[in-house]
Amino acid sequence: MQDQVTNSVRMQFCSRSENVAFARTATAVFASQLDFTIDQLDEIKLAVSEAVSNAIIHGYKNSPGMVRLELNIIGRTLEIIVSDSGAGIADVEWAMEAAHTTDANRMGLGFVFIKEYMDDLVVQSEVGKGTTLFMRKSTDPQVRH
Amino acid sequence: MEINAEQVGSSLVIRLNGELDMHTAPSFRQIADAGLKPPAVKHLVVVLSEVPFMDSSGIGALLGRYRIVREKRGKLVLVGMNTAVRRVLEMAGVLEIVEVADTERRALARL
Repeated sequence: MQDQVTNSVRMQFCSRSENVAFARTATAVFASQLDFTIDQLDEIKLAVSEAVSNAIIHGYKNSPGMVRLELNIIGRTLEIIVSDSGAGIADVEWAMEAAHTTDANRMGLGFVFIKEYMDDLVVQSEVGKGTTLFMRKSTDPQVRH
Repeated sequence: MEINAEQVGSSLVIRLNGELDMHTAPSFRQIADAGLKPPAVKHLVVVLSEVPFMDSSGIGALLGRYRIVREKRGKLVLVGMNTAVRRVLEMAGVLEIVEVADTERRALARL
């Protein structure tokens, strides 16, 4: 039987750089309901920071828009969903490879860090419609990589 | 983020206090680039002991400044990273190309 969602938070905020810190801090506070270590909470903060920065820089290209953040606790797993209604990604596989970026200031490392620090990452994107990142991280050693 | 910059001999020392991300990295870039403009300034020491968090925007800002000091035939020295910051810098390969020191005094002593 699959675990049910036992707690959930949904929020949306303006695509402003000030809100990146808010998003990662709020996520870490929510995630602390599970038995994550301090190092794992740092990893979660980094993944959210990269995902929200991507939405602001690549999704909305630093113009006004709304970023949505959904957090779910499912058993011993934290699910993080970050989505925007921005430009979208034409080639997701290409974008997820190291050093592929349209923003030289971040070295193309955003997806590299997310893949490294989260147990699971799925990216759905449509050009002109937006991008959604589904990320999961578990306290269960059998799930963790 | 608080940013303190001071020229010490041929080095620019920048002491950061706060999280380095896409919101704060532009201020760091601006202050570092202004401080590195004089031809006499060749090296950059960045004190990270009060930086609890850094993401790829922070790494990009550091690597951009590394290119500037390298063009001046100088060095970039990072001082006092916490575990989380050290991990992301290691993963990005930054620690393979820059110098690392325990303290600001030791960083300046090797320049």
